[in-house]
Amino acid sequence: MVEALRLRDDAAHDEPAVTLDAFLGQSNATAVRIEAGDDARLLLPHLDRLALIEVSFPKFRDGRGYSAGRILREAGYTGELRAEGDVLVDQIPLMRRCGFDSFAPAAPVDPAALERALERYDHVYQAAADGQVPVWKLRHG
Amino acid sequence: MLRMVPLPMLGRNLQVYQYDTYDQSIVDARVAEFRDQVERRLSGHLTEDQFKPLRLMNGLYLQLHAYMLRVAIPYGTLSSTQMRVLGDIARAYDRGYGHFTTRQNLQFNWIKLADTPDILEKLAKVEMHAIQTSGNCIRNISSDQFAGAAADERTDPRPWAELLRQWSTFHPEFSYLPRKFKIAVIAADEDRAAMRLHDIGLRITQQDGVAGAQVYVGGGMGRTPMIAPLVNDFVPLSDLMSYLEACLRVYNRYGRRDNMYKARIKILIHEIGVDKYRAEVAEEFAHIKTLGIDPPQAEFDRIAAFFADPAFADTTADAPVDRSDAGFAAWLDQNTHAHKRAGYTIVTISLKPTGGIPGDASADQIDAMADLAEAYSFAELRVTHAQNIVLPHVRSADLRAVYDRLVAIGLAEANLDLITDIIACPGLDYCSLANARSIPLAQKIADRFADPVRQRDLGELKLKISGCINACGHHHAGHIGILGVDRKGTENYQLLLGGSGAEDVSLGKITGPGFSEDGVVDAIERVTDRYLAERTDGERFVDTYRRIGMEPFKEAIYG
Amino acid sequence: MKLLTGNDLASGDVTWWTGNDWSRHVEDAADVGEDGERIAQVEEAARRVNVPYVIDAVATPEGPRPAHIKDRIRALGPTVRTDLTLKPADPQAGAWVI
Repeated sequence: MVEALRLRDDAAHDEPAVTLDAFLGQSNATAVRIEAGDDARLLLPHLDRLALIEVSFPKFRDGRGYSAGRILREAGYTGELRAEGDVLVDQIPLMRRCGFDSFAPAAPVDPAALERALERYDHVYQAAADGQVPVWKLRHG
Repeated sequence: MLRMVPLPMLGRNLQVYQYDTYDQSIVDARVAEFRDQVERRLSGHLTEDQFKPLRLMNGLYLQLHAYMLRVAIPYGTLSSTQMRVLGDIARAYDRGYGHFTTRQNLQFNWIKLADTPDILEKLAKVEMHAIQTSGNCIRNISSDQFAGAAADERTDPRPWAELLRQWSTFHPEFSYLPRKFKIAVIAADEDRAAMRLHDIGLRITQQDGVAGAQVYVGGGMGRTPMIAPLVNDFVPLSDLMSYLEACLRVYNRYGRRDNMYKARIKILIHEIGVDKYRAEVAEEFAHIKTLGIDPPQAEFDRIAAFFADPAFADTTADAPVDRSDAGFAAWLDQNTHAHKRAGYTIVTISLKPTGGIPGDASADQIDAMADLAEAYSFAELRVTHAQNIVLPHVRSADLRAVYDRLVAIGLAEANLDLITDIIACPGLDYCSLANARSIPLAQKIADRFADPVRQRDLGELKLKISGCINACGHHHAGHIGILGVDRKGTENYQLLLGGSGAEDVSLGKITGPGFSEDGVVDAIERVTDRYLAERTDGERFVDTYRRIGMEPFKEAIYG
Repeated sequence: MKLLTGNDLASGDVTWWTGNDWSRHVEDAADVGEDGERIAQVEEAARRVNVPYVIDAVATPEGPRPAHIKDRIRALGPTVRTDLTLKPADPQAGAWVI
């Protein structure tokens, strides 16, 4: 098990994540893992009791998880949102903008490169799930 | 002397979008990011497999002979200062030329990986970049090359295109789409941007005094060409980003990822049907609209102000254009278009001289065109999807001077929209995806039809050549299209008839068995001969084809 | 015969495996027999080549001639700009490609 790289202050959740089917079939799990092809919207009625949602990125080219992340955050989910799998350092800033705050890359990430990547852009063009203010809003107050 | 004093940066009085500190900081950060990525690649911290999508998202390919860098020319508009920097880069980092593409961009063919960060830095200094000119993301937004100048436009589409450029730049959710995504915006009845052959095509319109867009989704060429169906007849400007976000989210979630040849949005819409897609988008839109992601009208107005009319002169006292020189008159008839302002004319510079390489321009020619723009077109140029260059605002009284200068630099070919104004992809001479060469074939066809009288007699005839099924040369949309294929290791060419990328959009049909390079030139001649024999008054080639169908042409070709 | 080819990582130049190094000239290319994949792995890992691959070629008195036109164009340069090829002074160089 890879130690997740967490950009949150709370304590790590220690209950193992169950599959989406298992989660929907039982009522007491507080951590769930969704695969790239799973419909994140099925979780929306249950967000209150979830502390960890793990989203799988089977290949770094598979970008479905970015939409899953935003859908969960847009619905008000505030728990840990973890990107797991083929997660590359240059993708983490984009994932963060889509609401991910925890990362479990299959291959180790160079911490220095990650720090540079996360601090690279002072401004963004569009509103997303991370609260960054888009430049159009800065321009017009 | 023609060359004027260089403008400070892009110049204060230009009618192109100009960066503020936010835009500049984003582009500068991108240069630094790419420098970091290149260093990690060169030092072995990134594998080629990991680096490839990163470099592609910055327009850097590994082609047959070298790296190729595709520079974005947003909606095909650029200033003379920017044009000149392209010439400088061609000289300093490439081999003295560049290639204007069917996506209104410019490609350098001989780039060294280690040089790319410095090149991007030079581009950033004049508010240019290579962001998202490749990769499975939203590509450079394309538009009408006559925007802001055409007599037939309702409004200038470029403020809309710039709004889209900003929205799509580093969009966090849509940087790893199933496949590439191309958007075109037009605002005239005439479609000069092949709008319905894009993943999303927007036609700017009005309803009850409110500005908005018709939204077409799911067009494209490639191996499965499709004409985009209308998905929404009117989306007001105030909802447009939310609506497009919904269009893209549905695609990102449900577009196929199991087969890259079926991953474009056109296949998704074809498979689920346009009604289902429209309903999914509507549902997603209802949700996204609540998030407040649409920029306010004030932001649109801020952008639109950059595209105000230039300071047109009072031309009432100008003498009428003297057409007594036959060469000049032929060029006027072929390469100029009506301007919205009396006394002004739109000039298209053909990059298709006989024997030349379609879309290529030497660094000296690039400089010379920048000079012409400064002297005669308010320092502004456009790139067309047909790989030509436009001077959008030429005072009609200056047309003769412009023409004389073009003659001097070898760019006065009076062949716009004629059979020798050929669109051709780089083909197997440069491209690692190609199956056959496109450029030598274009040269042979241009040579066969070089007689200007013969070309003019044939009239409007759009000939488009792709060296492989990916269709960068738009062969599906050619009145006559040619597709190069690999037949057991030899180049072979299929012939298509009846396509169009314009407002009368249609997809070409294959005539039958393919040809050798020389064979296809002969076949085209038999096709044009049959057209001349069959046409009625005023009929273009494609009109005759549509009236009489494929059979007479097949008979002429295959006997 | 089989050749190993790829591009130089930093410059992008087309290169050919000579048996102990990389050359820009296909004339220098060595027959790699069945060893192509193994050499490619080692050389790519050492970043002495980028995206290497093995091709078929025919031995001729003038040197190896790649079997496929794509690799012959890679070996020479664009047929439409002979001035930019590796043999700018040889007007017949293009004939070798076709």
